[in-house]
Amino acid sequence: MADDIREAQAVTPAADAAPAASVVVDGLPPENHTPGIEPDVPITSPDAFAVASTDGPAPKRGLRAMLPRRSGKLIVGLALVIAIIVFSIIGPFFTQSPTSTENQQYLPPSSEHWLGTNHLGVDIFAQLANGGAGSLMVGLVAGTLALVLSLCFGIIAGYVGGWTDEILKFITNVMLVIPGLPLVIVISAYLSTRSLWIVALILGFTAWAGAAIVLRLQAKSLRSRDYVYAAKVAGEKTHRIILVEILPNLLPLLAANFLGAVLLAILGEAGLSYLGLGPSGSITWGTILNQASANGALAQQMWWWFVPPGLMIALFGCGLALINFSIDEIINPKLRQAPAAVKSVRKARKSRATQRPSGPSAVASAPVAPRDDEKVKA
Amino acid sequence: MRFYVRRITFYVITLWAAVSLNFLLPKLMPGDPKQIFIDKFVRKGGELTPAMQNSIDLLFGGDDDATLWDQYLSYWGKILQGDLGISITYYPKPVVELIGAALPWTLGLVGLATIISFILGIVGGAWVGWKRGTWVDHVIPASTLLQALPYFWLALILVSVFSVSLGWFPIIGAYDIFSFDNGPEWSWEFVGSVVYHGTLPALTIIISAVGGWLLGMRNMMVSTLSEDYVTTAEAKGLRPMRVATTYATRNAVLPSIAGFGVTLGFVVAGSVVMEQVFSYPGLGKLLLTSVQSNDFALMQGTFLVITVSVLAANFLMELIYGFIDPRTRNNG
Amino acid sequence: MSTSTVSARPAGDAGAGPGAIPVLTASNISIEYQVTPVVQAVKDVSLTLHRGEILGLAGESGCGKTTLAYGLNQLLKPPALRTSGEIVLHDKDGHDIDVAALSGNALRAFRWDKVSMVFQGAMNALNPVISIKAQLFDVFDTHRPGMSRKEKTQRSRELLELVGVDPKRLDSYAHELSGGMRQRVMIAMALALNPQVMIMDEPTTALDVVVQRGILREIMRLREQLGFAVIFITHDLPMLLEISDRIAVMLQGEIVELNSAEAIYAAPAHEYTRKLLASFPSLTGERGAFVRAGGDTEDNTGEVA
Repeated sequence: MADDIREAQAVTPAADAAPAASVVVDGLPPENHTPGIEPDVPITSPDAFAVASTDGPAPKRGLRAMLPRRSGKLIVGLALVIAIIVFSIIGPFFTQSPTSTENQQYLPPSSEHWLGTNHLGVDIFAQLANGGAGSLMVGLVAGTLALVLSLCFGIIAGYVGGWTDEILKFITNVMLVIPGLPLVIVISAYLSTRSLWIVALILGFTAWAGAAIVLRLQAKSLRSRDYVYAAKVAGEKTHRIILVEILPNLLPLLAANFLGAVLLAILGEAGLSYLGLGPSGSITWGTILNQASANGALAQQMWWWFVPPGLMIALFGCGLALINFSIDEIINPKLRQAPAAVKSVRKARKSRATQRPSGPSAVASAPVAPRDDEKVKA
Repeated sequence: MRFYVRRITFYVITLWAAVSLNFLLPKLMPGDPKQIFIDKFVRKGGELTPAMQNSIDLLFGGDDDATLWDQYLSYWGKILQGDLGISITYYPKPVVELIGAALPWTLGLVGLATIISFILGIVGGAWVGWKRGTWVDHVIPASTLLQALPYFWLALILVSVFSVSLGWFPIIGAYDIFSFDNGPEWSWEFVGSVVYHGTLPALTIIISAVGGWLLGMRNMMVSTLSEDYVTTAEAKGLRPMRVATTYATRNAVLPSIAGFGVTLGFVVAGSVVMEQVFSYPGLGKLLLTSVQSNDFALMQGTFLVITVSVLAANFLMELIYGFIDPRTRNNG
Repeated sequence: MSTSTVSARPAGDAGAGPGAIPVLTASNISIEYQVTPVVQAVKDVSLTLHRGEILGLAGESGCGKTTLAYGLNQLLKPPALRTSGEIVLHDKDGHDIDVAALSGNALRAFRWDKVSMVFQGAMNALNPVISIKAQLFDVFDTHRPGMSRKEKTQRSRELLELVGVDPKRLDSYAHELSGGMRQRVMIAMALALNPQVMIMDEPTTALDVVVQRGILREIMRLREQLGFAVIFITHDLPMLLEISDRIAVMLQGEIVELNSAEAIYAAPAHEYTRKLLASFPSLTGERGAFVRAGGDTEDNTGEVA
């Protein structure tokens, strides 16, 4: 079906949950079998060597093999995320109350008020510490909601097929195309007061479509794998099959989607709050930005007011993005292997060239990999 | 051919869904938007003429016992006639007129910025993917991080640095309203002013949008480069440029085009907020203004037009996709 | 036909008949995979291919035959790296070309013109978004820039006819062709520049037996007609016994036996060769033991199907 072709293209291979089992990389065999996914498609691979990983020790089988490789990106990402979460939880105990207006207004940073005070005399650092919880909470709730909805619309549609699939797919596509933020704005406008929960719900309800499409395609492809079929023939109920056979193999993908959804929700809430449509009566990083912007922080160059809240969001977002990137590399090992392979060959060639500069066995003129010495673009 | 028919059908149905959604939303919300609207309207000194009352009834449903279905039908009737109601914020201007004034700005700025971002992202991503294993790989974490920044915060900072302190760029507006106080005109000075005012806003959109396409394209490029047909092309001794374009990029770009709808959503979101930051007189600003003053007619109208524009852009991309990927043409 | 003695490294031209003219000489090729720990994929392999002959390269998965083939053509992709050895092509017009020393434009000119390759699993070897014609034309545009459009079309049609594909299919796309057709198109493409050597890596493995037969016949017929030499890589030893002139058996990166096909069939010298021969069941005769369970009975070395 042409439709499916287009949809399959819309889902990049980065989203293929089980590529390790069916991909031959650069003439090399699949590196580690993602456990639980035995290749039932014959691998027309040449010389299957047991190729160890190119960085770090080979991961053990089992759950460990699915975890992201320890790498700089991952560590930095985790550090950022955890640090900010800790700050949001513990911070409020160490700062002033974020609503006390006893201080002078518009104070610049000082040792007493690390980030100065705002137009009402509230300590901005206190707001920052307390706002974290709000922003993060919205992100978490919305992210979870988006995940659940994408699971329902995606996996159920993909696995069950038939009319259910058609209907769910249609709803998903409609939700996908209708622009998200304007819809959220319109819904928020009709509600005169909005709590944190409501904002989270709205954001969650409008953010699941993209992930649903990916999951649907995955479920469809997994549906025809042998072990799923075997379970079906053995009489297992549908929901058990989904829970036990299909979901575990999609874990990396789900994790990546979840983190992505959280990131989007936090950014979305920030945007909404900045526009004045955020949670009424709560403090989040976005509402701080809204106040800053509405009270001339820009014109007065009060960077200590409007830079930190955005910075917190940015840092948290970067942390999530870095973690997601590491997960991406599990989902599609080619992303890590191919560049690493090119690097290691280059290193090897260099070291051989310095060892034997005049070897007749053509080391110096060793086969140049087709791409290295060619300027292709710019 | 069937591919196109299916897609057209889809878009027609989605359009219908969007309009219906627009109609239903006020009905589903708590509170009485109609009363709020009327109160606000009267407070602004508006006159409840029968025509106005009619318009309000059509938007929110009359007090008389016209069934939901009838209201729905007359709503459709009005829309097809191009009547989206009267705005109260800019009373007595009809909504259509306001939208008509704002639309070109959004299409121009956001449209252009989107196209530039797309091209930059695709070409950049292809290049980064081609140069895998070299220093270029370090670009990736940088662009990943760029994507995680709140775009409007970035805009605020840019404004603060470039407009307020350095004074290089204007802070708000689409053109210099003091020099052109009669409104837009066709002159080079005007165009210059537009470009000058549009630079920073466009830059914001491009910075926040390019990362997504760049990363996606790079990932796809790395995958594609290990495909058999690329190896075959190299084995044939084809020129690297040819391999890079026709064999690698041409295949790698397909997901970016197929998935354009999703990424466009982000661009639209970004542009709405951007128009707020820069007070740019586009559809986004109009939407926000209408929300802030509870001008529901304007709000619904603007939302509708935004949705239609997005649908149109998506549809265009689908056409392009069908054109580029021959696999869609024959089977079903 | 001499039965070569069993040595770890049979001579590169072992088993060749008298009057055989070498066209490709590979000596002491070693290829490593630069991973941790470094993997020796091909260990000191020497091989001589003669004009017009079919040299079969047999061995199980993982023995290094494909890696060797890629190495001969300078197609190794990272992390594979050729660490030693010489590859010399003895051109028709008398020159010797040092393949290993080629790079850049010289390498590109060499590729496909002198040595072409048919890859394993042509399922994916054709670019899905451009037509067959465009891909054939690419070859001509790069290597024979003087050809006019008419000439290119003419030649492309000829090639398709040569391999038994309807020339009308020239404007088709890859997804419109069946597996067998795609493989034939690949072969046609490989023949486009009249190469002197064709390397075929499991060209028929993914196809069903009837199609397999047809393609094999085509290859042999074309070889008769055009005179190129073939390195035929497969794990299917009985197939090689049928079509090859000489066979090289590879095990874990080394060539353990290299001899004429008849010699290998009648008197396999190496242990592993014997095991390979015994592992293919016979359609006639006794139900011998196979799949390396030991016990190869006298009449069990395979009446190949």
